Amino acid sequence: MTSTADNYGTPSTGATTVNTGLAQMLKGGVIMDVVTPEQATIAEEAGAVAVMALERVPADIRATGGVSRMSDPDLIKGIIEAVSIPVMAKARIGHFVEAQVLEHLNVDYIDESEVLSPADYVHHIDKSKFKVPFVCGATNLGEALRRITEGASMIRSKGEAGTGDVSEAMKHIRTINAEIAQLRSMAEDELYVAAKELQAPFDLVRQVAREGRLPVVMFVAGGVATPADAAMMMQMGADGVFVGSGIFKAGNPAARAAAIVKATTYYDDPAVIAEVSTGLGEAMVGLNVSDLPAPHRLAERGW
Amino acid sequence: MAPKIGVLALQGAVAEHERALRSSGAEVRKVRRPAELDDLDGLVVPGGESTAMARLAAPVQLMPAIRRRLDEGMAVFGTCAGLILAADTVSDAEALVGFDRIGGLGVVVRRNAYGSQLHSFEDDLEVTGLDSPLPAVFIRAPVIEDVTSPRVEVLAEAGGRPVAVRQGRILAASFHPELTPDFRLHKLFTELSAQ
Repeated sequence: MTSTADNYGTPSTGATTVNTGLAQMLKGGVIMDVVTPEQATIAEEAGAVAVMALERVPADIRATGGVSRMSDPDLIKGIIEAVSIPVMAKARIGHFVEAQVLEHLNVDYIDESEVLSPADYVHHIDKSKFKVPFVCGATNLGEALRRITEGASMIRSKGEAGTGDVSEAMKHIRTINAEIAQLRSMAEDELYVAAKELQAPFDLVRQVAREGRLPVVMFVAGGVATPADAAMMMQMGADGVFVGSGIFKAGNPAARAAAIVKATTYYDDPAVIAEVSTGLGEAMVGLNVSDLPAPHRLAERGW
Repeated sequence: MAPKIGVLALQGAVAEHERALRSSGAEVRKVRRPAELDDLDGLVVPGGESTAMARLAAPVQLMPAIRRRLDEGMAVFGTCAGLILAADTVSDAEALVGFDRIGGLGVVVRRNAYGSQLHSFEDDLEVTGLDSPLPAVFIRAPVIEDVTSPRVEVLAEAGGRPVAVRQGRILAASFHPELTPDFRLHKLFTELSAQ
């Protein structure tokens, strides 16, 4: 396959141009978690480029505990009906039947997500078997490349969902950027060992080394709660942001959603970020990731 | 001299168009504010979400500003969402009500007319003026339901419907020429902008 614009959309996997391409259309945008059709409409009205349909936002998943699963199909259908923008929905890591159900429901993207309880602690879904595209989380480059090898058409750095603490999102995008920079500086014959250490296929590692970026779009997720958080992720080189609990757990969701959308577009203009940050009301209360006991850190799910 | 072409950079596939335009010989810049339109010969309105772009454009009145520059002679190339924003009429415009679009292209467009992402597809198109088929990627693409101006020239069809059109200084496509390495439509637009 020949190289496409900016070298996106050329993973040596099951991912297709239409599927990596949809992620390219979402770039520079904000994807918002919504739990009702009403919230989906608020998100679309605020300028979201897509919504993530789920039963509980990550902050509530944390509060409720227990096993967290795919949403009720009825809820997903209601959200698809409510908006004209793409609708994503989450399947558990490794739960290929939940993914089959979501594909049957005509969602536009499946998120194989660590926010839900994993269904398989060894294997992820073989995404190359599906026509619908997948987005997967990653905390580092090796993990991102393994997901792309399995057929993911889009990557999101994981961060720590449901916390409103952006520090993990920062850690993950810095890690991925640093690992890409390191590959770029390597001689061709050093890439074999690099591939071994990254636990990723050599061809994909060489492609990243040559092009200096992932072969698919990469958004940032997990802990983004303010316009400044979103803009910082964009300045770090993210292609766009996911905002989960940060919007509908805040005081004025519609205003906060629109402010985060604007800050993502004008991410390099402090005057705009200052203006949209003014008078937004309460941000989500939040949890410090350092206070979370290890079993409650969602980013550690997936491998 | 190389024509100056902007890419509307509110959201969407901006970098892909920048690259295609540069390789077609244009001088390229991003546009997020009306003042950045001032000396442009052409503007690409990329694929993305038309609802998000219309809302981001509203506070700075970017859509009416683009229309003014179009009327003054700036060329416009709309792809996918850009076609929706350039069309005179959108038949399922609920999510766009109350927001300015560019307009000026005499067609009726329906958003997401093919259905969800599962119905996105690739095709090779015969395009007027190109000597061999053009690869085209349709992603949750809009459909041109009707042509309402006699000045609209249909350049390509798929499934019996127009998918690439030209009207004066407006070029529009319901697919994504920026996602393939075949930049002939960008070359055509760069030439149109230079005229």
